[in-house]
Amino acid sequence: MTVQDAGRVGAQRFGIPGSGVMDGESYLLANALVGADAGAAVLEFAVFGGRFSVDAAVRIAVTGGSCPIDVDGRPVAPWTSFRLDPGSMLSIGPLSDAVYGYLAIAGGIDVPLFMGSRSTHGRSLMGGFNGRALRPDDVLSLYPASGGDTALGVGHPPKRAQGMIRIVAGPQDDYFSSEAWDLLLGQPFTVTSQRDRMGMILEGPALDHVKGFNIVSDAVAFGSIQVPGSGKPTILLADRQTTGGYPKIATVITSDLCRLVQTQLGDAIQFELVSVEEAEGLARKSRSRLDETIDGLVPLRSTPDLSAKRLLSLNLVDGVVDASENKSSQAQ
Amino acid sequence: MPDEAFPRFRAAADQAVIVEFGVTIDAEINRRVTGLDRDIAHRPIAGVVECIPTYRSLFVRYDPIQTSAANLIEDLRHRVASPGESQAQGRLWTVPAFYGGEAGQDLDEVARIHGLTTEEVIALHCGARYRVFMIGFMPGFAYLGGLHETLHTPRLAAPRPLMAAGGLAIGGMQASITSVPGPSGWRFLGRTPLKLFDLTRDPEILIHAGDEIRFERVDAAEAARLDAIADAGGVPATCEEMS
Repeated sequence: MTVQDAGRVGAQRFGIPGSGVMDGESYLLANALVGADAGAAVLEFAVFGGRFSVDAAVRIAVTGGSCPIDVDGRPVAPWTSFRLDPGSMLSIGPLSDAVYGYLAIAGGIDVPLFMGSRSTHGRSLMGGFNGRALRPDDVLSLYPASGGDTALGVGHPPKRAQGMIRIVAGPQDDYFSSEAWDLLLGQPFTVTSQRDRMGMILEGPALDHVKGFNIVSDAVAFGSIQVPGSGKPTILLADRQTTGGYPKIATVITSDLCRLVQTQLGDAIQFELVSVEEAEGLARKSRSRLDETIDGLVPLRSTPDLSAKRLLSLNLVDGVVDASENKSSQAQ
Repeated sequence: MPDEAFPRFRAAADQAVIVEFGVTIDAEINRRVTGLDRDIAHRPIAGVVECIPTYRSLFVRYDPIQTSAANLIEDLRHRVASPGESQAQGRLWTVPAFYGGEAGQDLDEVARIHGLTTEEVIALHCGARYRVFMIGFMPGFAYLGGLHETLHTPRLAAPRPLMAAGGLAIGGMQASITSVPGPSGWRFLGRTPLKLFDLTRDPEILIHAGDEIRFERVDAAEAARLDAIADAGGVPATCEEMS
């Protein structure tokens, strides 16, 4: 579990990874649910949540996928915001249909900016909470919250249904044989356990190179599909190294990145080729849909969420989150 | 002479346009990369989020909500054809170099491979003027061009698991100054007290793509003195703007 925000911009030119959240949509929805700034820092967890307490009342939301959440044993739904009072224990169980979950707290997490971002890059001990994943008994500071105290819910949480993952060819598409291209587009690739915030190695047919498997190192994107000598494609993600010397056959489009990173172990990915123009059009559509969802956050009046019903109209004060994890998954 | 096939524009889906100026490691190609990079820094393009200069291409990351690859490529073509007023050309650094010792464990072997004495190897490495082609792979890690041809040495067959930061290394025709401890298959001739990356210092990163470097040899005592300066957050090196 690490502190993340929208990522470190302007630092990749210095060899510093972009980092930031893996699922941007779930992140933005989480902050919207608690009334935090879009760029506020949140906690990102891989499958396993944890147990948390606070020293002052705060508004919280959990997004990313379905997981059992309770406050002192009372069930709370993901994709809603709810209040956590001092003395209460918040428990977040494992995600059943997603990989990355987000815990947003009104006001946002208060850790120092490092090169313009609160994102954690563990390998460099950089950013976030002391440059590392959270451990039991860690205590996080929060910024004071502004904005209303209404419990909100997402009308239609994003469906992470399996579908084609759309890609645009290149930049080194010409390094691969036509057989490799037929395989890339015709055969399923499976998500293996070799996946983390740096990248995901896929299992499937080997993709043959035609011009060798070395290029003069250049920059890589979140979603670049690089293919080393083994022929096994690796999709590069948030904490990827900034440059690489392997050819990149294609790049996953912005619109499908969230669905890609949330694909679970053992599930199959099927690639579909689109043009840059189509990818841009899809990105705009996805953004419109997300904006509509955020604008359409539903105030929760009567809900099975008992803690939301009991919300008081207090100004939320800055508080301290005492993160006691019952399990820490280090698949960051 | 620039190849007319370049610049070439590639796409990283809807996230970036990659402007390729060539496919080889070449100072003139790299100058075109850093030149365009500086031009965009000087006169920003709407929708461009950031640029990453590499050996022979500039990665131009953009926001597909604000602009499009088509618009961006048109803009970039104009920029390449008519660069803006010349800006600063980067800085020339004088970097202290301590050769041999624990950090320079390959110095003897490199000398042996090329039939030279260690002093000759040191003279060739220290006497060259290097161009920083790229900062990449690790925070602050500097890839240098300009290594004397005589010193071109293949990388090790298998990387060593942990080499200290600040290493002065050779890999093939490239030279480097390493910035963080880590595995490496390069050949290490020595080290510099200068920290290319320091989390606690402002600025965290010192040397940029397009800068140039010459080394100044120091002895063990001087290296230790400069180490203390670096450990205290200082910069034991000098630089001057190049025109």
